[in-house]
Amino acid sequence: MKRTMAFAGRNVRELLRDPLTIGFGAAFPILLLLLLTFISRNTPTELFNIESLTPGIAVFGLSFFSLFSGMLVAKDRSTSFLMRLFASPLTAGGFIAGYTLPLLPLSLLQAILCYAAALPLGLPFSASVFRAILAILPAAVLFIALGLFAGSLLNDKQVGGLCGALLTNVSVICSGAWFPIDLVGKGFRTFCYCLPFAHAVDLGRNALSGSTDGTGLHLLVVCGYALVLSVLAVLAFRRAAKRG
Amino acid sequence: MKAIQTTELCRSFGDVRAVDHLDLSVESGEIYALLGVNGAGKTTTIRMLSCLLPPDSGDALLMGHSILRESAAVKQIINLSPQETAVARNLTARENLLLIAQIYGFSMSEAAARADELVDALELHDVVSRRAGTLSGGYQRRLSIAMALVSHPQILFLDEPTLGLDVLARRALWSFIETLRGKMTMILTTHAMDEAEALSDRIGVLANGRLRACGTAQELKTLAQADSLEDAFVKLVSKEASR
Repeated sequence: MKRTMAFAGRNVRELLRDPLTIGFGAAFPILLLLLLTFISRNTPTELFNIESLTPGIAVFGLSFFSLFSGMLVAKDRSTSFLMRLFASPLTAGGFIAGYTLPLLPLSLLQAILCYAAALPLGLPFSASVFRAILAILPAAVLFIALGLFAGSLLNDKQVGGLCGALLTNVSVICSGAWFPIDLVGKGFRTFCYCLPFAHAVDLGRNALSGSTDGTGLHLLVVCGYALVLSVLAVLAFRRAAKRG
Repeated sequence: MKAIQTTELCRSFGDVRAVDHLDLSVESGEIYALLGVNGAGKTTTIRMLSCLLPPDSGDALLMGHSILRESAAVKQIINLSPQETAVARNLTARENLLLIAQIYGFSMSEAAARADELVDALELHDVVSRRAGTLSGGYQRRLSIAMALVSHPQILFLDEPTLGLDVLARRALWSFIETLRGKMTMILTTHAMDEAEALSDRIGVLANGRLRACGTAQELKTLAQADSLEDAFVKLVSKEASR
């Protein structure tokens, strides 16, 4: 565990010393929240409800954690630094934990900032805000595992394309983060609910509103995807380690 | 005691046999140089001995531990400095040393003491607080070697340790390696004949993945009836190539 924590500490430093993490991880979701709220206020009908928008933006913000985790692994793989670590007593599980552990508190911090920014915009403060913040944890594991999986298979440029461009768009379009996916049509809705993103947003919305409608299913789908992606990430990382 | 004993070690990549029934024996405390042209199998050998790459067949014992069955024990007693400089670019030089020491199980205070010792030994004082990615190639290489030493390895693999260094930095590194003689077993790969001759107790000549010859520099010259190690190497490798 001590070895894993040492490696996790290194990854925290790597992430926090990268301006990309601060910019996309903390600032961008908040800017988006502000922007959409102000657009909504200046239109005749309410486009975005803050209670509905905030959990959506919180999940959208997590998509950047796929980028961070994927880039970290892919960049490490592109140098001999990882070769040095592979020859050390650190195990494959220790590597994955070392990459994941620093990102979980950072993802929680991002959600806290996102919800804190929503309070002055009209989000009522109650205990349900804390529940909603905690409700992002399964989705955080899912996005981090997705990044680790991509980073174990692809180079840093490919990870940038997949997690930075494709995933952020797919996760926002298919999650209903700021528009109801029902508007697009029944087929699209069915497709979206086969993916975990809409379930992750609904989980946050339920936690915030106190509703339990469908919570079990949402949790099951998000946790199921998170588990499968975590296993795939470990397998892909082991494969990368064997290939050197 | 034998530090390294390989038995019929083999590894292929597709149709290419990178290491071919390698039988290598290195005494504890010895500095052993692996000489060979590109593709001779030096790096593949080091990667197998470091448990980075499983052999197709054969085995190797490192201080009595099998790379196949006791890789965790092997990893605890070895360290390596890869061919390319291997540092965490966004960490300072000192943070790099502390990280590796802690990964090998040292406490924070032990790690700090080891780091200070190596900063002194490898004259890293001027750059200790600078991020590794901003250091010159020479400093990065020195840091990379310090990171390999920070865990107190019993066996140290140095894969082309002076590659890319200027003549002064190269000589300084030679002097440092000299100070480690007898304290640990070292396997170094190199293309440089003068380096192998100056540093190593014995030299193994690899060609096409096979150990063509092994001995002191003088023994190899005698074997090949050559005046210099370079001539001996060319003769030994050419014989292998013509087979």
